[in-house]
Amino acid sequence: MADGGRPRSFYVLAAVFTLFILFLYGPMLAIVVLSFQGPDGGLVFPMRGWSLHWFRTLWSDGGSVDISTAFFRSLRLALVVMVLTVVISVMAGLAFRRRFPGAMLLLYVAIASLIMPSIVVSLGIGLEFRLIDEAVKAFGMATGMESIQRNFVTALGTFTSGLGAHLTWTLPFGLLIMFAVFNRFDPSYEEAARDLGASRWQTFVHVTLPIIAPFLIGVAVFGFTLSWDELARSSQVMGSDNTLPMQLAALTTTVTTPEIYALGTTTTAASLLAVGVLLTVAFVIRRSRNQR
Amino acid sequence: MSEATADGARRFFRRARAKSATGAEPGAGKALWQAAPMALVFFVFFLLPLAVTIIVSFWEFTQYSIEPALVFQNYTDVFSGCLEELPGLCVTLATYLSTLKFCFLVWLTTLLIGFTVAYFLAFHVRTLPVQVAFFLLCTIPFWTSIVIRMISWIPLLGRNGLVNGFLIDIGVTDTPLEWLLYSDFAVVLALTHLYALFMVVPIFNSMMRIDRSLIEAAADSGATGVQTLTSVIIPLAKPGIIIGSIFVITIVMGDFLTIGIMGGQQIASVGKTIQTQIQYLQFPIAAANAVLLLIAVTFAISALLKMVDIRREL
Repeated sequence: MADGGRPRSFYVLAAVFTLFILFLYGPMLAIVVLSFQGPDGGLVFPMRGWSLHWFRTLWSDGGSVDISTAFFRSLRLALVVMVLTVVISVMAGLAFRRRFPGAMLLLYVAIASLIMPSIVVSLGIGLEFRLIDEAVKAFGMATGMESIQRNFVTALGTFTSGLGAHLTWTLPFGLLIMFAVFNRFDPSYEEAARDLGASRWQTFVHVTLPIIAPFLIGVAVFGFTLSWDELARSSQVMGSDNTLPMQLAALTTTVTTPEIYALGTTTTAASLLAVGVLLTVAFVIRRSRNQR
Repeated sequence: MSEATADGARRFFRRARAKSATGAEPGAGKALWQAAPMALVFFVFFLLPLAVTIIVSFWEFTQYSIEPALVFQNYTDVFSGCLEELPGLCVTLATYLSTLKFCFLVWLTTLLIGFTVAYFLAFHVRTLPVQVAFFLLCTIPFWTSIVIRMISWIPLLGRNGLVNGFLIDIGVTDTPLEWLLYSDFAVVLALTHLYALFMVVPIFNSMMRIDRSLIEAAADSGATGVQTLTSVIIPLAKPGIIIGSIFVITIVMGDFLTIGIMGGQQIASVGKTIQTQIQYLQFPIAAANAVLLLIAVTFAISALLKMVDIRREL
């Protein structure tokens, strides 16, 4: 393209792009602002004073929801999902550098898991765990094991079925990112390490891992945020414990105060903070390496 | 997903095809072990649940329990009255029609927005850092909760919201418009808002791979801007368009959250039907509906895949 003047279409498209960004961010800015409503404020503009009233209501026990339990439950789950997504994706990424039986099948299953309607996945896992429950109870009855009969309620839970449901959503993203990473990867570094007498494990820890580390932060960002905000697949698999997005969705039908905006602002701040921290870590890794 | 992802997958497929004749290479055992955790997760939490869903869709249920059986009752229940009521629509067909309507409308809006935004990013933004910055700007909302992005429309579109206030101020209407929120319009708007990115990313990816000299050649040969667009850019961006379409259409087909919240829990969709049946613990019929949804989605995807060689373009 020639330097200097831009074609007229540029200005039209730039305007469209600006509108798109406004469309993406405008509504969210509105709820962030509205979450600082004064105590008498409502769900819509105008602002009736500014305060932290609704944040206080949210976190105090007197609020209409018990938010801190769900908040920290979601945080723990997201962190576990993040770690597992990184570890499992790296292992699978390494595997896909070679040919192995069933590789194609695994790739297709991962893509199917990505585009499968979430309600179907959620229902399926829910049903599976219900059948497990019945089997365990029947086993308890048959063998007369009292501990099962008395204590067993359900196998459904945040860190059993819930964790699994989230992994079906995060792992396909992790695998696709690993494809990108190992595609750019120059295997001659590993060959050099091995020529110098490094074992396979030493090669992985001292050569492969440091090279791919910044990209693993990307996998971690996806693992954390996708789990932290996950709702559709969570719906039938969390047992009696709600995650934060489930609380939030329930609030949409019951709460008529800016408390829900305060919760929205809190949740968004938490995910952006997590992304920020992870990206900073990636930046620091990269810088310390460049200085070396 | 980045271009490198696509290249990685493509390279993998090519290698797999090339080596399929030679059999397993050395180290396949180790690779198998490395892939095992992922395979295990997908087996326990994806394939097995699908199998259970299909099995349970043939079970019987009473008000209190579900019982193993092999009956087609659940499927006939889903379609009950569909033949008798012709040419009228039974509940199930009406629900599918409503879901398809949303699929089409959201597909159209996300495609128009996605193509335009991707075109701007790929062909009008000149430097890579700006391109990356703009791309990130589009991506950040994807990292926040979809519920928050839905409820964020309430202060804008509600009866006393900003849009209605503005319309009354400038005299377009005297009374607040009721169809802005909790309506078909709100559902399409929210779905477009949530999932436009799924169109932008793959189309942008395809466009970045277009050889710029092709466009210059088209211009040199006397093609107008529109001709270049329709005979060079759109055909070459088609894989991205198809992949984006697959994402958007499958998401909308199974959606129950957005249609629920933005439709004020009043609008029917297949996903919402399943969700309601689960709430009433009618698992076998919910499973039957899920299997039908699965078939519909598979059908839609295979129709879209016919238009593009996914192995080359993934």
